[in-house]
Amino acid sequence: MTAAVEFDRVTVTFASRAGAAPYTAVKNVSLEIADGEFVSVVGPTGCGKSTLLNVVAGLLKPSGGQLRVFGEPHGGINRRAGYMFQSEALMPWRTALGNVTAGLEFRGVDSRQSKDRARDWLARVGLTGFEDHYPHQLSGGMRKRTALAQMLILDPQILLMDEPFSALDIQTRQLMENELLELWSANRKSVIFITHDLEEAISLSDRVVVLSAGPATRPIGEFAIDLPRPRDVAEIRLTPRFIELHDRIWHSMKEEVLKGYAQTRNRVVS
Amino acid sequence: MRRHLWIWQVAMLVLIFTAWQVLAQPELIPPFVWENPNRASFFFGEPVKIFRVVWEWFSGGAIYQHLWVTLQETALAFVIGAALGLGIGLWLGLSPTASALFDPYITAMNAMPRVVLAPIFMVWFGLGIWSKVALGVTLVFFIVFFNVYQGVREVSPVVLNNTVMLGANRKQLLRYVYLPSATSWVFSSLHTAVGMAFVGAVVGEYLGSARGVGYLIQQAEGAFDINTVFAGILVLTAFALVLDFAVGLAERRLLVWRPVQSETEQM
Repeated sequence: MTAAVEFDRVTVTFASRAGAAPYTAVKNVSLEIADGEFVSVVGPTGCGKSTLLNVVAGLLKPSGGQLRVFGEPHGGINRRAGYMFQSEALMPWRTALGNVTAGLEFRGVDSRQSKDRARDWLARVGLTGFEDHYPHQLSGGMRKRTALAQMLILDPQILLMDEPFSALDIQTRQLMENELLELWSANRKSVIFITHDLEEAISLSDRVVVLSAGPATRPIGEFAIDLPRPRDVAEIRLTPRFIELHDRIWHSMKEEVLKGYAQTRNRVVS
Repeated sequence: MRRHLWIWQVAMLVLIFTAWQVLAQPELIPPFVWENPNRASFFFGEPVKIFRVVWEWFSGGAIYQHLWVTLQETALAFVIGAALGLGIGLWLGLSPTASALFDPYITAMNAMPRVVLAPIFMVWFGLGIWSKVALGVTLVFFIVFFNVYQGVREVSPVVLNNTVMLGANRKQLLRYVYLPSATSWVFSSLHTAVGMAFVGAVVGEYLGSARGVGYLIQQAEGAFDINTVFAGILVLTAFALVLDFAVGLAERRLLVWRPVQSETEQM
């Protein structure tokens, strides 16, 4: 079976601004994500996690290597992928409903039908009654739900999620994680989930990929998560197997996190 | 005090006009500045007479055609200037090459005092409303243009990327992201822009026309009729206030999506 996403020795180097040396964010990354697999990517701050997602999305072109999507080399915007951003990405001038219908409108779906489908999706993420609210009238969690519906209504085969819940408080976050798992298990897509939170990564994923500290980030470890599904993200954290996995992954990450921390600190000092 | 603020505001107005009336009264104040006791009222007018002129204008209906002309000029100048500013602002904001090419010209034209163009516009467009509209357009255009230009460059890159990922092509990006975002910038400059359109109309009328409130003032000045001049100024001020209020209403209707600072987050 061909992988949904395959990084083949992908390197991304950012051109320098006047004077500075070019910055290599990721180097020689080879990674495969199977169809229907939920993969989390964890790594220290500033290690180029988002860069990898932007390459899959087609927002960034790799400077070296190749990215294959369902076996085909790809360039330009990845039409099979949905992207959920870390920061606010809703159009503030459109209502929740208008934001969810946007993708369908771009594809020329008739307005009545797209509204019906959007209402249905808003209901699925628990936002019935908030269709006519503007983003600023919604809470942080509700905005994330709207963004989730906005992405899922297009039925993408690959979901790219860049720390989507990092701005939420811990309770809302766990609720959202459970909802995401529920939606995902109903219709399994490939997911690349970026996070710096190891617990979040383990409780959601089939596999956790650990990245080294930047620059020139590359994967340094992969861990299959054999926890049974369906999972409850709050409860599963208390099981012995979870703790064991957490220990192992954390052990492999620790050195890189310290490295990343030292670099960040040096950058601040200098 | 706070609750009855408007009462105090009105009282202030009455006080100012009363003081004005009293000070301009012939022989009420010893003539220590002017030897002629009627000088004060000659230079400063008398509120009672000013209000009489205003009353005659409105009751006799003579003012309406002038107000209508000024309103037409203001509205046309605003609509044309804003549309041009929006269009060219979007274009230059999205095209770095064009913007680099035109940058010095835009700066130069904005720095030029545009009132001096009024006589040229009169030669080009005649003494009717269009020469005033043209002057207003040159004033409105730059305000809207700079706002839109800045606005386009400050569109959130995340919103932009998100919209691209949802499948928007370049045209849809313009319609769904750049245009609404730029429109909000047009509206943030709306009060200034409408004010400028009004200035253009009145100054244009003042410099040469056959109708409009600016024309009334200019005529009265020619005849040293100070009371009519002040009456014209008063009508213009009231008119500007009404315009500003109308703009405020339109703004509130069209920018419902923008967070108001005092508004709390609804759960």
